[in-house]
Amino acid sequence: MLIVIALLPFIGALVPGVMIRAGRNACATFTAIPTLLALVMLMTLAPQVMDGGVVRAELEWLPQLGLSASFFLDGLGLLFASMILGVGLLITLYARFYLSGDDPMGQFYTYLLLFQGAMLGIVLSDNILLLLIFWELTSLSSFLLIGYWKHLPEGRQGARMALAVTGSGGLAMIAGMLILGNIVGSYNLTDILAAGDLIKSSEWYLPALILILLGAFTKSAQFPFHFWLPHAMAAPTPVSAYLHSATMVKAGVFLMARMWPALAGTDAWFYIVATTGLVTMVLGAVIALFKDDLKALLAFSTVSHLGLLTMLLGFGTEAAAVAAVFHIINHLTFKAALFMTAGIVDHETHTRDIKRLGGLAKLMPITALIGTVAALSMAGIPLFNGFLSKEMMLEETTHTVWWGNPWIVPALATFGALFSVAYSLRFIFHVFGGPVRDDYPHHPHDPPAGMWLAPALLCVLVVAIGVMPFLATPIVNMAASAVTGVPQDGYLKIWHGVNPALFMSIAAVAGGIVLLMIHRPLDRVWAVMPRPEAKNIFDRLMGWAVSATRWLTDATHNGAISRYLAIFIVATVALGYVAWSGGGISAPTRELLPVPPVVAIGWFLLVVATGSVVIMHRSRFRALVIIGIIGLMISSGFIYLSAPDLALTQISVETVTIMLLLLALHFLPKQTPKESGALLRLRDGVIAAIAGLGTASLAYVFMLRDIDTISGFHLANSKTGGGGTNVVNVILVDFRGYDTYGEIIVLGIAGLAIFAMMDALLNGPAARRLRNLDLSSDRSRDRHPLMMVVATRVMMPIAVVVGVYIFLRGHNQPGGGFVAGLVISIALLMQYMASGFVWTQRRQQIEYHTMIGWGVVIAGLTGAGAWLAGKPFLTSGFDYFHIPPIEEFELATAALFDLGVFLAVLGSVMLMLYSLSRMARTAGETVNLEPMDFDPADRVQNEQEAK
Amino acid sequence: MEIVVASSIGILTAGGVYLVLRLRAFPVILGLALLSYAVNVFLFASGRLAVNMPPILSKYGDVQYTDPLPQALVLTAIVISFGMTALLVMVALGAYFESGSDEIDMTEDQGTDA
Repeated sequence: MLIVIALLPFIGALVPGVMIRAGRNACATFTAIPTLLALVMLMTLAPQVMDGGVVRAELEWLPQLGLSASFFLDGLGLLFASMILGVGLLITLYARFYLSGDDPMGQFYTYLLLFQGAMLGIVLSDNILLLLIFWELTSLSSFLLIGYWKHLPEGRQGARMALAVTGSGGLAMIAGMLILGNIVGSYNLTDILAAGDLIKSSEWYLPALILILLGAFTKSAQFPFHFWLPHAMAAPTPVSAYLHSATMVKAGVFLMARMWPALAGTDAWFYIVATTGLVTMVLGAVIALFKDDLKALLAFSTVSHLGLLTMLLGFGTEAAAVAAVFHIINHLTFKAALFMTAGIVDHETHTRDIKRLGGLAKLMPITALIGTVAALSMAGIPLFNGFLSKEMMLEETTHTVWWGNPWIVPALATFGALFSVAYSLRFIFHVFGGPVRDDYPHHPHDPPAGMWLAPALLCVLVVAIGVMPFLATPIVNMAASAVTGVPQDGYLKIWHGVNPALFMSIAAVAGGIVLLMIHRPLDRVWAVMPRPEAKNIFDRLMGWAVSATRWLTDATHNGAISRYLAIFIVATVALGYVAWSGGGISAPTRELLPVPPVVAIGWFLLVVATGSVVIMHRSRFRALVIIGIIGLMISSGFIYLSAPDLALTQISVETVTIMLLLLALHFLPKQTPKESGALLRLRDGVIAAIAGLGTASLAYVFMLRDIDTISGFHLANSKTGGGGTNVVNVILVDFRGYDTYGEIIVLGIAGLAIFAMMDALLNGPAARRLRNLDLSSDRSRDRHPLMMVVATRVMMPIAVVVGVYIFLRGHNQPGGGFVAGLVISIALLMQYMASGFVWTQRRQQIEYHTMIGWGVVIAGLTGAGAWLAGKPFLTSGFDYFHIPPIEEFELATAALFDLGVFLAVLGSVMLMLYSLSRMARTAGETVNLEPMDFDPADRVQNEQEAK
Repeated sequence: MEIVVASSIGILTAGGVYLVLRLRAFPVILGLALLSYAVNVFLFASGRLAVNMPPILSKYGDVQYTDPLPQALVLTAIVISFGMTALLVMVALGAYFESGSDEIDMTEDQGTDA
């Protein structure tokens, strides 16, 4: 049920965008339905929560990581959820009449429901990671809502600013929540709330607190992050009423209330939260008085009231938490009503400038009544609900000692309240009071009932709670119990007796009236006073951030791949150093093996060859030939060090690679010009030397130490489980067959990619350049020498037999599909080189693409065949057969898998070389139909004919 | 013997890194080839060195074998690095014919004058 409630708005969000085709009323109705449905479902759960129960619902996702979609509903959640859904309904109604025919209404309602769903998610989440996701969702959906009027630059800028501020706060909060989860060892909110003492005694408490508060403060527009809220007022008024009075800005307050048992009660909490709240409250109230834009006035008053709530939560006492919960309800009722009133005034008069308004009470009496009631409540006048919570707040401040000072908090709170009275009264008298004017941009009258119904309903609540506070008592107690974690059974009443708070209230109201009277001269002083303009500062900061990122991007990402590689190598070496210096080195457990003279000679050759490649790399042919020496030495090393399979593979791969590079070099410049300066070469030399030294010492150190490996298993089970004595081959085709299967697919893809790339190249602009290429300088006059043609033809059957032999013995002796594939492709390559491409191609009609495909298919089918025997994928079966007179032999399905490997390797290698030869033909290579340029047989024939 | 292998790995790495940092495609490919040698030998050496103990099971009694697992991994690594080299060669060729130069650090306007 709870999950359904949380998901309903998201599901519902799909509908309005479509329903707008059926008309505006249908669209609004279909927005209201999911909201109403969710609200009704919530109400059915309410009695259970009111009795002190907690409703839970959980969808397990990754329980091993503590990740699950878990929701819970307690008093605080119920209060917020009903506020979100209830006000959501009213806003839906109001927006239906507020938005003009030109505005895309379906879009608006879709965004609204998305936002509503995100807010519901925040207040219902039991998992803080889930909560974070919904938190970011509110930032995103509010971005869409604030920027709803895309044609207004203020809307776009305001939306961007809101997203930047709340989004970055959200990022900080993610870090804070992760720390919190780490301290507690669980991401479940219930567990975290129960572990308050553990959290507060942790050394990570302060960082976590600051990061989480950053998220809450940015969302709830606390000083110094308050500036985004007034700019977000560029949004349509229903959005302001919903997001910026009732829901989104309350998310920060909600979070602080939610985390109250886990985080509150320490000195750090008190000084950070209460002080920020106090400053925000006073500052917001002062600025609000001097704003002429109705919505800006309300925005700063919202900032001020959010500061009040923050301060109350910051006090860390239970009574203050009760007051905060009560004020959340009250603020919601009067502020949403005020925003809607401001929207009506704007809608009717086409201006929100207070200086151009006045006297509206006579022209639109209903609106004036609604606005007056709500504003009086905001001012904290008795018999309205704002008075009650404000009294409770003032009462709390008198018990608060700030840095040893008992009067500063009450004094500042009274000062803030005084300004609050002043701007509330200004809202009443400067908009509705005074004489009727004749210069309104548009002649106003009361709007249709649909528009004033929603604020009127809220005003009924304002008065009802104000006169009969016992109506709200159970709800406040329920939510406050959830906040504090201790059952609350306080009693809300109008008359608290003659106490300091009453005097403070009286002083505030009196001072507020005086302030309003002298508003005109004060306003002139305010106008000439120098003030920091938050938007300019924000824009400059953003400018710096943009230019800094641009500088960083340009500096590191300038298109020079050698720079990326240098950065990559240096970073890798640095990381290696960190890892190296981190742990100690144990004593060596192995003896050094002796070095026979032959090995020493091989090593010497390898070192000289590597050095020569580096020194002579400008002369490309020479470097390529020397690379061959290195490959040969490494193959010999593999033989000596008991790795015959590796030696076979290395030597055949070596051959193919050199051929490939030779073919490619045919088209490339034969020399590398000297480009890098001495300094650059020195830098690269130093990097290379350090990298080499690092890997060498790492290799040396671990080679002298024994470790436990899993190889014992492979050695023990190779014959019995895999049916082969060549353990390396059995590992490839059986134990780790999956790896091999993936590998041949990768190789096949590489072959196909090369083919495709060549195709694109030959059909692109490069083909023209290729055709004009003059390659005559390095073309031999005897392209297909007789000796070579004859020799390769004689070799061909032998090479094929060797390939087949290597393939067949692979399971028990060194060899296998990989090597066999390479050997056969070398044999074929020799034919191509000796007799020319076309001649050879005519004599073997194999599509290499298909060959790769068959290879992968055969290997895959062999693996899948294991399913028929009820075994997992790629389990091999084998048996021994005896057919006289042949000796007993073994047939294994692994051989079939190896056949797939063989075909894929052969196909890929041939396809790569085939692609290169296509290039040669485009470059104007002549095609030979005869195997040799000069055929001796022809000569004999000619001579006979001549006779 | 260990010193021989370790120093070979180090020299191959150093040579590879130096060539990889050059400004033309061909030396970079050569450098990558040297680096693949170094990496393959490095992986192979992680199975520790042994002489005359190939991992081919013997019928005759109790014989010592070297570690087969790194060998299997290196075998596929050799083949894959061949595929990678081939692909790189083709990319280099393509870039050369598209732009008329085999420099690897191109500014944006250089790449489009095909």
